[in-house]
Amino acid sequence: LTNLCGIELEGPILNGSGTFDAIAARRTFGDALLDEFPFDCFVSKTITAEPRQGNPPPRLWETPAGLINSIGLPNKGVDGFLESDLPQLSEVPVPLCVSVMGFSRDELASLTGRVGERDEVALIELNVSCPNVETGLVMGADPDETARALEKVRPATEKPLIVKLTPNANDPAAVAAAAESAGADAVSLVNTLKGMAFHPNTREPWLGGVTGGVSGPAVRAIALEQVRSVAGAVSIPVIGMGGIASGRDAMDFMAAGATAIAVGTESFRDPAAGRRIAAELAGLAA
Amino acid sequence: MNVPPVTEARTLAPPERRTAQITANERVGAYRLFTALDASGPPHPVPGQFYMLAGAEGWGGEDGRPYLPRAFSFARARPLPSGVELDFLLEEIGPGTRRLAELRPGEGLHLVGPLGIGFRPASGRPLLVGGGIGVAPLLCLSDALGPEAQVLLGFRTKAHAEAAKLFDAEPALATDDGSIGHAGLVTDLLRSDLERDPAATVFACGPEPMLEAVRALCADLSVPAQLALESGMACGFGACMGCVVPTKNGYVRVCLDGPVLDANTLGSGIWGLGS
Repeated sequence: LTNLCGIELEGPILNGSGTFDAIAARRTFGDALLDEFPFDCFVSKTITAEPRQGNPPPRLWETPAGLINSIGLPNKGVDGFLESDLPQLSEVPVPLCVSVMGFSRDELASLTGRVGERDEVALIELNVSCPNVETGLVMGADPDETARALEKVRPATEKPLIVKLTPNANDPAAVAAAAESAGADAVSLVNTLKGMAFHPNTREPWLGGVTGGVSGPAVRAIALEQVRSVAGAVSIPVIGMGGIASGRDAMDFMAAGATAIAVGTESFRDPAAGRRIAAELAGLAA
Repeated sequence: MNVPPVTEARTLAPPERRTAQITANERVGAYRLFTALDASGPPHPVPGQFYMLAGAEGWGGEDGRPYLPRAFSFARARPLPSGVELDFLLEEIGPGTRRLAELRPGEGLHLVGPLGIGFRPASGRPLLVGGGIGVAPLLCLSDALGPEAQVLLGFRTKAHAEAAKLFDAEPALATDDGSIGHAGLVTDLLRSDLERDPAATVFACGPEPMLEAVRALCADLSVPAQLALESGMACGFGACMGCVVPTKNGYVRVCLDGPVLDANTLGSGIWGLGS
């Protein structure tokens, strides 16, 4: 069992936000998905205040041992999420963590309050990898910005708050420490690293959104270093992720100081990757 | 949750990647037809559904690629006592298709599927229209509909048109270079056919310009059409959100709400080609 901020999990494996759609997967795999659910805690894709269509295609580019995505956070907005997605996600047989993003501190606090008051929601993850329209700064790239956001959001819910750290910050450990001081219950990292690709013939940017985020084994070494650095700077739990594809990779993140780990891009290659990695991890720990 | 309506043309997939065994890999003109025995998958995928495929070994050779699996419509499925034998048609165009083309009998093939929504039954005479590698899902559809269902196929050259011999029905052919059949586009054949008798439903798969031409022609003549789309995707089961195409209802995931979409849900020039 893993205790994550007071929530009992059957094991230490989460999914990275935005890398597994349990509703779409149930349409594809049927109820067999729920019988052998691949994660011990399910993290939703990021919800925003207003509905978003997402970025124009193309949205993907394969890199050596990795992937660049430029998806643009498509979602139904918080009203649509609470009304149509949350009742379906409540049928997932593990605790539910909802990821939220706001473009101002007030918006983030309001979203957190509305999501946090629902009984189906066990934890809330704050996606702070977006610009704050009030300051023009990426909330999660700066310790002061992060602390000021947390000060607004913390009173909005009593449920555990996880701050998702961006690797595109000068000093992720300082951001993590600021989040802890301002009341965060856990931190998770890494989000994707900024990247881009060019069309092989025209040399125009390939992605419809021009830039995107790199994930997969290509970023694992960077993620491991950041997890170790952050774990040394905080005493709250650290959820480690970044290119984890095997139980051995998961062990490395635990050795770097992670309490739990998340599987992301590897689930694209195998929808049961979370379950496989859990079994490999259990074998290594035995 | 969204329990799929019984009308959804979808066979559910086991919720995990499994390893099938390659049993054949043969050249068919400019293409390869490779076959894998899927011991534990469902025996009756719906024509138009697809699988995500990767070599069990040697995936990640050239410059760390291929890394992601590749989406392939199945061309034929033969249920056997030992599993289901799946045929896939392949053209070598990049690191993923080159590695798949190398696979030999006895080697492992990672696979997830069947995925997506396939072709739906329709009223009127069925008319199958394929271009290039896009003829693959029309093979099993043609088998299901029988030899009376007409098949129109377009290819670049006579070597590519060898794939037409895989059909039990006798397809009408068009080639870009005129080396066999009508010199020109398969949509020329489609236009004369529909002008003769428009009481048809068109089932089409092929490159984007062909599908756009089919869509525009069928819209002009008020002929219903089901189009099997292709789009770059990382997962095949709605997770990565990467494979969207614009429709009249906003972006939809090709892997989840397609790959077979009703042509009238697509706007004109959805691929930026104009109409």
